[in-house]
This record gives sequence, C-alpha cells and structure tokens, in this order.
Amino acid sequence: MKHLRSIEELDAAGILSLLELTDHMVEINARPIPKVPALRGKNVVNIFFEDSTRTRLSFETAAKRLSADVMTFSVGTSSVNKGESLRDTIETVQAMGVDAFVIRHKSSGVPWQISNWTDASVINAGDGWHQHPTQALLDCYTIRQALGRKGGFEGLRIAIVGDIKHSRVARSDVQAFAALGAHVTLVAPPTLLPPSIAGWPVETSQDLDSLVGKVDVLYLLRMQRERMSEALIPSLREYTDRFGLTADRARRLGDSTLVMHPGPMNRGVEIAVDPSELPGNVIIQQVANGVAVRMAVLFQLLGQGDSLA
Amino acid sequence: MSQTNAASAPPDGGVFHVRSTVLSADDIRRAITRIAHEIIEHNRGLDGVVIVGLQRGGTWIANRLGEAIATIEPLANVPVGSLDASFHRDDFGLRPVVPGSVSDIPAHLDGATVVLVDDVLFTGRTVRAALEALNDYGRPRSVQLAVIVDRGHRELPIRPDYVGKNLPTRRDEDVRVSPEGVVIGDHS
Amino acid sequence: MTLVIKGGRVIDRDGERVVDVVIDNGVIAEVGTNLSGDRMLDAIGCIVSPGFVDLHTHLREPGREEAETVETGSRAAALGGYTAVVAMPNTEPTQDSIAVVNLVRSLGERAGLVEVMPAGAITIERAGKQLAPFAELASAGVTLFTDDGNGVQDPLLMRRAMEYSLGLGITLAQHCEVSRLTDGAVMNEGSCCSHLGLPGWPSIAEELMVFRDIELARLTGAGIHLLHLSTSRSVELVRAAKAEGLTVTAEATPHHFTLTDETLRSFDSVFKVNPPLRTMADIEAIKVGLRDGTIDAIATDHAPHPQESKEQPLDQAPPGMLGLETALSLALGELDLDLLQTIALLSWKPAAIARLGARHGGPIAVGRPANVTVFDPDLSWTVKPSLLASKSRNTPYAGRTMRGKVRHTIFNGDAVVVDGTAQR
Repeated sequence: MKHLRSIEELDAAGILSLLELTDHMVEINARPIPKVPALRGKNVVNIFFEDSTRTRLSFETAAKRLSADVMTFSVGTSSVNKGESLRDTIETVQAMGVDAFVIRHKSSGVPWQISNWTDASVINAGDGWHQHPTQALLDCYTIRQALGRKGGFEGLRIAIVGDIKHSRVARSDVQAFAALGAHVTLVAPPTLLPPSIAGWPVETSQDLDSLVGKVDVLYLLRMQRERMSEALIPSLREYTDRFGLTADRARRLGDSTLVMHPGPMNRGVEIAVDPSELPGNVIIQQVANGVAVRMAVLFQLLGQGDSLA
Repeated sequence: MSQTNAASAPPDGGVFHVRSTVLSADDIRRAITRIAHEIIEHNRGLDGVVIVGLQRGGTWIANRLGEAIATIEPLANVPVGSLDASFHRDDFGLRPVVPGSVSDIPAHLDGATVVLVDDVLFTGRTVRAALEALNDYGRPRSVQLAVIVDRGHRELPIRPDYVGKNLPTRRDEDVRVSPEGVVIGDHS
Repeated sequence: MTLVIKGGRVIDRDGERVVDVVIDNGVIAEVGTNLSGDRMLDAIGCIVSPGFVDLHTHLREPGREEAETVETGSRAAALGGYTAVVAMPNTEPTQDSIAVVNLVRSLGERAGLVEVMPAGAITIERAGKQLAPFAELASAGVTLFTDDGNGVQDPLLMRRAMEYSLGLGITLAQHCEVSRLTDGAVMNEGSCCSHLGLPGWPSIAEELMVFRDIELARLTGAGIHLLHLSTSRSVELVRAAKAEGLTVTAEATPHHFTLTDETLRSFDSVFKVNPPLRTMADIEAIKVGLRDGTIDAIATDHAPHPQESKEQPLDQAPPGMLGLETALSLALGELDLDLLQTIALLSWKPAAIARLGARHGGPIAVGRPANVTVFDPDLSWTVKPSLLASKSRNTPYAGRTMRGKVRHTIFNGDAVVVDGTAQR
C-alpha cells in the first residue's frame, strides 16, 4: 500500500490488520516513554489547507511518537498565493525531501491530485465531503475495543445520524463498517442525504425513535448551523427534535449502546444531553485512539520494506 | 527477532530443509534448568529480577525459564513479560516488518535486573533493538542476556550472559529452536 | 495562381461526387474531372466538403491571452477543418461594444486562418442587468448574441431581449443554466457525485431554462438557439418544440456525446466542464438528437485554460476543455452517422444558425467562396496534448487514438492547412 486516500483502498482484511497494528501503538502510547525510533529519518509533511486543530495535532503526535521528522503548515486556501497552483505548492515542498504528505483540504479529491504530482505517500486527513479514512479506522478501532469485536462487525447494527450529504466521516464510515460486516442505517431527512445513494450498502430511515434501543452503535454527526440558511432544514430546534440525542432518547438507549461523534460536538443540537452521563459514551476514546490509528497508518506506509514474498 | 525464529513465515521466504538436529527436547529442558540456576546464582537471589522474552522466539523460553525458577525458588515470584522490539529495529525498509504480539511488560523496570531471553543469538541486532526498547519502560539497574543457542557472526559488541549451547554455523545456515529441539538447515 | 484539389470525394448539401475543384482568387472557379492548376493538393481517398463552422469557440483574447489568442485559436480551428468560428463574448473586456468586437475581428483577419466572427453579449458585461446594443453591434456585422458562461437568469430581461431581437436579423443563443441551482457545483448530480462527495450540478438547472426559453420563443415569436445541450430531457423538450414548429435550434458538443461523469473518479479537473459531463443515458439521447435532427449542430465549446489554472482543486479549477482539433474525429468515430449528415452538423447547419451561409457551408460550386475542408476519414492518429496548436493543453482525450483527420483547409481560397500542417 502506497497511499491512504480512501478507506476503499483497504479491504476487510486490510482494515483488520491495521487495527491489529494499532494494538501495538496503543501499547507504545502507554509506555512511560511513548516513543519508538521506527520512522527515524522519514519526513512527514502535514499540509492543512483547511484548519482542524485536533486532526493536525493527532497526526503530528503520531509521527513524532514514531520518530519521524514532522513539518506542519496550515494554509487557508484564501491565503494561498493566487498565482501559485496547488501543484506548484506541492512540488516546492516535495523538493525538500518528503516521504509522506498528510493532506487536509476543503475540496474533494485533492489527495488524488497530489498523489499524481509526488512520489511520496499521500494520507488523506479529510477532503471535502468525500473521505476521512483515518477517522473511519479510529471509529472501527473504538467499536472493536469497546465491544470486543476483534474479528469484524458481523451482525452489528449501526445508525449514522445527521448530515450525511456533507459528511466525509459518513462516507468513510459507511464503507468501513459495511466492509467489516455491520448493518448500517443512515438516519436523516432527505435534504441531508446525498442526491443518490444507489449502490450504498445501507438502509435509510427518518425515524430515529424506532431505532433507539435497537442499534448497537449510535453515531451522531455534526450539524452545522449554515445548513439552515441553505434551506436544508427549517430550524436547529426541529432538527434536534427529530434527529438529536435528547434526554428522552438517551433514557431509551441500552446501557451497552455506544454513542459516538467525530467532534467537535454541537451541544444542544445533535446531542442535547451531557455525553459523560451516557454509559456507552466512547467519544473521548475516539480521540485517544486517533493517535494510535494514525501511528499504525504511518508505520504501515513508511515503515515497511518491499514485500519479499 | 533473529532471522531464525519466525517459524510460520520465514522472513527470507523459501522452503526450510532440516540438515541435522543439534539439541533434543531433553537437552533444551536441561539447558533451561541450568540457566535458571545460573541466574539465581549470578544475581545472588532474585531480588528485582524480571524475565523478558523477546518476541517471537524468546517468549516460550522466558515462560519455561520463569517456571523453572519458580520450581527452584517457590517464594520468589519473578515477573515474566514479553517484548516486541519491531519498532526499534534498524532494518526498516530492508524487509517487511511483521510485529509479533503486543508487548507485555508486567513490572516497572526502574532499578530492575532484566534478563532478556531469546532463542538464538546471531548478529546481535535484535538484542540491540530490545535494549533500546527496554529504555521506554524505565532504567533497569542491569540487563542480562540468556539464549538457547549462540551461533556466532556478531555484528555488534553484544555477548550473552547465559548460553544453552555455543553452536558454530555458517552464515547462510538457518538455526531453528522449538520445545522439540534445535535444528540446523538451509533455505532453498 | 490557381489551386486544384485533385481526386477527392466531394460531399455537400447537393450530394456526393468524385471531382476535382479549382480555386482561383478566393472563389471556386471550376468543378469537374481532369482539372489542373498552378498548385495541386492531393485529395485521393479524402472527403472534400464545405468548411466547418464552430458556433462555440472561446478564443480568450482580449483578456486571457495566457490561455489562448485569436491567432493560436484560429490555428487550432483551421487544423480542425474550420473556416469560421463564432468567438464567445466572455472576453475581458466583454464583447458588448463595437470597439471590442472590431478588435477581435481584426485580430482574426490579421491571423488569416479562419473567419473569426465575434458574438455579442446579450447583456452589458454579461451581467444580466442591461441589454447590450443589439442593433449597433448588428450594424458592425455581429449576427449571434449570447451571455455564454452565464445564462440570462432574469425572465423579464430574456423576454425583452427576444422581443427586441425581432427584425434585426440576429440569433440569440442561450447558455441554459438556472444558476441558483448550481451554486458551487462541480459535476453532474447523481450517484457519482454522491460517492465522490462533490457538489452536484443537477440536470434540472439546464432543463428549466430550456423550457423557459422555448416558451418565451412561443410567446415572442423570436427564435432561440440553445447552446451545448447536455441532458436527455433537454433533447426531449427541444424535439417537442420543433414538432410544434417553434424556431428553436440547438447544438451539442463532442464531449457531451463521448464522455460521462464517471471520468471524474480520477479527480482530474480536465474533465470539469460547464455544463458538466452527464451519464450514458444522456449521451445516448444526444446521439439520437443529432441523428433525428433535434440537435442542429456539433459545436466544440473549445475552452482553453492554462495548465496552472487546471492544477487546482476541482472546485477552484475553471470549467472547460479543448475541442477544435478533435471534434471531426469524434463526430466520425462516435456518432454512427453517414458522412453527409456528419458534415451537415459541422458545416452548413451551424453556418445557417450563425447567419454565415453566404460565405461558409455553401455547396462546392462554381462562384462560391472557397472555404473548403479536405479530410481523410480513415486516418488514425493519437491525441498528444503537446502537439496541439492551441496555446493550452486541456484536452480530455490525451492519449486517445482517433480515426479521421483534416488534411487540407482552404480559407478564402488560401490553403491555410496543407497535409495536416498549418501554413502560417
């Protein structure tokens, strides 16, 4: 594997083996000195064209714990010199010697474009509404850890609730969860679904109440306020009423139902209760697992010799 | 990991042909018992001693060593752990790295006497990686090395403290250690 | 000096025959067998047809000379077999005044490779607020008006434009797109955009305006030409309008009958175009429309962009692709039409829409202006972007092997392309 641009670049076996590698990274992170020399001499460049403090820190930490050299720069797309193309930017940085680019961009597809212009590995840290493969891996790892599902998610029922249309997390998670055998239901008003989900391995529903208590994992997506002005929902109040985790729905959740969220949360919108009071809340584990999963991805892409088989 | 111990998937690939058996299962049992005695004697008891098997080939030997020590000194309660030094190796990029099981270090190593256990001592590179990995868990008072077979061809200034058998080999030969015995062979 | 085109198969609206054609002083002087002249152009195995007319070319000058100039675009056109191109008005400044229109025309004359017919804008600066001076521009020879790149959004303004155009001898052409439905759009709305997480460009945005303008044509009695149809429903609407006898004409581009939105799975912005590449079903509908006469012309929407502007994220990269040098090959290879019908779609039908029929697209007959294309319908060639005459390289067909290539182009009696090579 050269790049991780989409979770589709991994099959079920590939996902599971990365999760096993993540176990090692979790152990390393628990050591008094959580740093190994595995990627000494490798140069990892994080380019965040769209800011995301938590993902950027997570990747930086992961690279440093493997002893890679890390450069990070955040470029607001507006501040990029108008005369310089994306390709110019990448080739300039590449000239300094890069083994992996970690790319975050508000436009779908940028990691693919970049992989055509560089010999380095490209890791997608989120592109537009398209993909966020390390998020999907850390979500899988969190579920595997919390529910003891080492062999896969066969028979697991997962509901992903909210703004599917604009969500790279939803696209990546649907593919990863389904690849591991889970049964996925998308819960959203039709305005927040993609124009066509033909061929997606999912069911859809607008009735969250009928699913609460029946699913093993309730995955809440971030609801952005600007969706109101785009006439996708009438009001945030109505959204919360129909699709939020309200106190009433929280009471009806089973104790073992995992509650997940990619962060940052809109308290009072998609989640109207204190998540720390939910027995199945694993939101903070998702963040913690992010570092280990990203270490596993970096090691998988940069720490391996050519296969001799 | 030395290149002799990944029995299920030899890192160099190919088919392994056994040429001769060097130690029998009984020889190995006796060697482990002897090394257990030597460890107790050398350290004047077992205070602060931690046995750490190197993955993958050293873990079963470390467990057997722990059992042998417990038989000799039933009250000593020596912790036995295992260490995967994959992430400290110096040959990344030269061959695929297949980590073993997750490391399990059962005690704080600050001030401890660590006995590293491996099946075969060859170039010394695995031990070097293990020494570095151990530092992540604390600063041992001393680190000692126990191996079933020392086959020579060292590339680093490393020597074992406890040896089952010194076994002169050719560089291109392969040595495999299992509870059933030690065999020499080569790849095709 | 006389020029003779020898041994070709002449195909024009009058039919087909194997004859030699002698050209003298810019006009066709003689048509017959065993003719000779001072200079001979071999046409054995080739088709000799009236020159092609492109209703839809972006020459980028003035304003975007880094993408294309009138000269480089004219050269690409001549190599593609065109003897006239309608230059779209989205220049900087806009072709909404006599000064700019005359500048473009004179740049075309200086290049001397094809007739460059500047289109006028329907509204000042294509801003959709105030009508451009149609009559004044018409007096300067402008025959086709469009805000191409933008649809005229305001229905009142479009109604007035159509009413005002009556009797001026001009053609209004619409870029059909309700922009409120395509804000931020990158690619066709459907399963592909859903999967790729790219903002969708719905078919309905085109079809609503196709429908509106057909109804405005009915209301006002004015004609309307619909640019680059891309959806099957648009084709149906036009077909129905024509059946009712409304004066509606339409064009389709080669990329809209050869490429689908699936190409964007590569995230290569060379496939971003307005209107977007659609689905296989749309391609089929457009092919049927071209075959049954619903669609009157093949137009290239030749839209050069410099490499660096295409090497941007998809939502920032400008839409558009080259077309002049590949249109004939794609029409021959992909449409399954007979040669007469193919040439009609490339030559005299678009010439009539652009009101250029007096000079272009006419039959190969004595006394006619000598605007003639000679092409080899069987010659196989591979598209190499670096070998294209356009100043830009954004062809979606790089590496594709095509059949059929222009051999000679004669513009106003002048052999501007000989044996596939531009002569100036």
